[in-house]
Amino acid sequence: MVFPFRRGTRRALLHPTGSSWGDLLFQAGSGAAGFAILVLLALIAIVLAINALPSFRAFGFGFLGSTVWDPVRDQFGASPFIYGTLLTSAIALVLGVPVSLGIAIFVAELSPGSIRIPLTYVVELLAAVPSVVYGLWGLFVLVPLITTYVSPTLQGTLGFLPIFQGQIYDRNLLTAGVILAIMIIPTVSAVSRDALLAVPQHQREAALSLGATRWESIRIAVLSYARSGIFGAVMLGFGRAFGETMAVTMVIGNRNAISVSWFAPAQTLSSIIANSAREGVAGSLELGAIVELGLVLMLVALLINVFARLMVWRFLGKQEGGLE
Amino acid sequence: MKSTQENEPTLQPPKSRRGLWIIIGVIAVVVIIVVAGALTNWFGLGTSPIQLNGAGSSFAFPLISAWSTQYKALTGVQINYQATGSGAGINAVIAKNLDFGGTDAPLNNSQHTQNPTLLTIPESLGAVTVAYNLPTLPAHINLTGPIVANIYLGVITKWNDANITTINPGIPFPSTSIFVQYRSDSSGTTLVFTDYLSKASVQFAAQVGKGKLVAWPVGSGAPQNQGVANAVKGQAGAIGYVELAYVVQNGMSYAKIKNAAGSYILPDLNSTAAAAASAAGSLPAGNGDWSQVSITNATGSSSYPIATLTYLLVYQELNIYPSGMTQVKAKALVDFLRWAVDNVAQTAATSLTYAPLPASVVTLDVTTIRTITFNGVTLLP
Repeated sequence: MVFPFRRGTRRALLHPTGSSWGDLLFQAGSGAAGFAILVLLALIAIVLAINALPSFRAFGFGFLGSTVWDPVRDQFGASPFIYGTLLTSAIALVLGVPVSLGIAIFVAELSPGSIRIPLTYVVELLAAVPSVVYGLWGLFVLVPLITTYVSPTLQGTLGFLPIFQGQIYDRNLLTAGVILAIMIIPTVSAVSRDALLAVPQHQREAALSLGATRWESIRIAVLSYARSGIFGAVMLGFGRAFGETMAVTMVIGNRNAISVSWFAPAQTLSSIIANSAREGVAGSLELGAIVELGLVLMLVALLINVFARLMVWRFLGKQEGGLE
Repeated sequence: MKSTQENEPTLQPPKSRRGLWIIIGVIAVVVIIVVAGALTNWFGLGTSPIQLNGAGSSFAFPLISAWSTQYKALTGVQINYQATGSGAGINAVIAKNLDFGGTDAPLNNSQHTQNPTLLTIPESLGAVTVAYNLPTLPAHINLTGPIVANIYLGVITKWNDANITTINPGIPFPSTSIFVQYRSDSSGTTLVFTDYLSKASVQFAAQVGKGKLVAWPVGSGAPQNQGVANAVKGQAGAIGYVELAYVVQNGMSYAKIKNAAGSYILPDLNSTAAAAASAAGSLPAGNGDWSQVSITNATGSSSYPIATLTYLLVYQELNIYPSGMTQVKAKALVDFLRWAVDNVAQTAATSLTYAPLPASVVTLDVTTIRTITFNGVTLLP
């Protein structure tokens, strides 16, 4: 008889009461690692809060609503950046999620094996491209393309919408949203593909045996089964878009103002931090305000995650399959 | 093997070669380190040279890197300089983490009061140009401070505005919108530019003011000089402010600016040096308060009005570092400073589009450097 287990397992099986010192050590080690992440998060939040104190004392909760960011006069407010962050992430999701789902469905359900593996590699490779490279590509390829062709067309056809009116700046909310959409595609498609692949084969077979077409079987048996996993993928993509800094800083135009037009430059929470943090004088109100932006960023991310989790529980139920 | 495993009730761990491989690996790493160490000694790389550490102004970075290479070849002293930004340079030198700091903005009043022995040594000059992208126009149009201020305030929005056309007779300006570009990151370039605009326009001073980061009412921002240069090149009708070296390297069009004497002056090394020379008489001593020093809008008929000094910061008494400062190192630092403000280094700077310091400023610097001491003993005769 060949013993199919590795050494440790074999020993554990032969000592069913367990708790050798190795097990204890392993338990303590992994427990400490798990606990460390909580401690780390708490420490980050505490340090941010302490450093943000000058700004919080000066502006209170008005910081969140104020639209002025003027380092010369020491007046700081976060609302243009919250707006820029949420809007660019939303554009990214609207443009990026359908494409990602298309890729995931094709890879998991429709593609022949000879295409599936290379395609999977390429998509995962996209996730490994550093964001500064996306930014450079965005700046030198995407921005001129959008400025020359897409933006004037949008203004010509949908110009009655306030979001497509006004002067067309080359680096603006729209370009930032598009670059983010491209950046979230690898994450969203890879995670949704895994969710789709986790759907048991008998689901598909059941649908097909009832006379469903290919599309119907994917829609009824696969997508609905995997929806909570897909929702998780979308939230991961949102998280990526939300915190992305480098590429956005390069293509958003960096203006500290709320503009209705998508052709106007704007600023996100992370891009204003990247732009201003370098030379903040320790203890100054300016640095306090920048750090408070970091705190706002963490807080909004947390709120969105909690909201997403509630959505999953409320609408999708806990017994669903897939990845969650 | 099978039978051995089956007949092994004592559960001796099966013999593994993993341990052997680990030992071989460790030995290999040790051998590589030892050999590498021996080789570096062999080639004389292992002898530790005197190292001077500086950081700060990214504007001065290309110059100090070039100096570092030259000076290493000359004396063997290694100068490390990181472009962390002026503010970070000041913070680090005040925290005594650096042998010298580099900054485009002088110490402000409270920084100077709290660190009275931190000396200010102007080491180079820069000019901020107003670059534009109007392919059909000549390479250098005329502009004035008030006009540029109004463009950056959003008051003037078209290139064929009457204010611009009247001072550029015969040039057919298009009716294109002006796309304003500025620096999005904290920057000495922005400080100099807004300092000048605040002098040129009362409204600009009241509405925007001067600083390394300001609240621009119009336009869009890009990080770094090269970022603004790219932004201007990328959009027809754009205007932006960039250091002289960048417009030259990028082959961009840039404006002549009307100076205090009423002439339209093209930014170049001579007109920048002229601005510094005309302001040299009013500069404070090395240990004085430099917070109000500005050579923008300088007098003199050939001075370019948007010029700036860039500074090195060094302590007057060098034996104050908690660790790492020795008499030899202090002497090396002072020698380097003396060399940097002198002819050879300043001439070398011109090839990188940094204007050479005028003689009057060099004299002031040498006087300052002579006051630097180690344990109270001066280091430069």
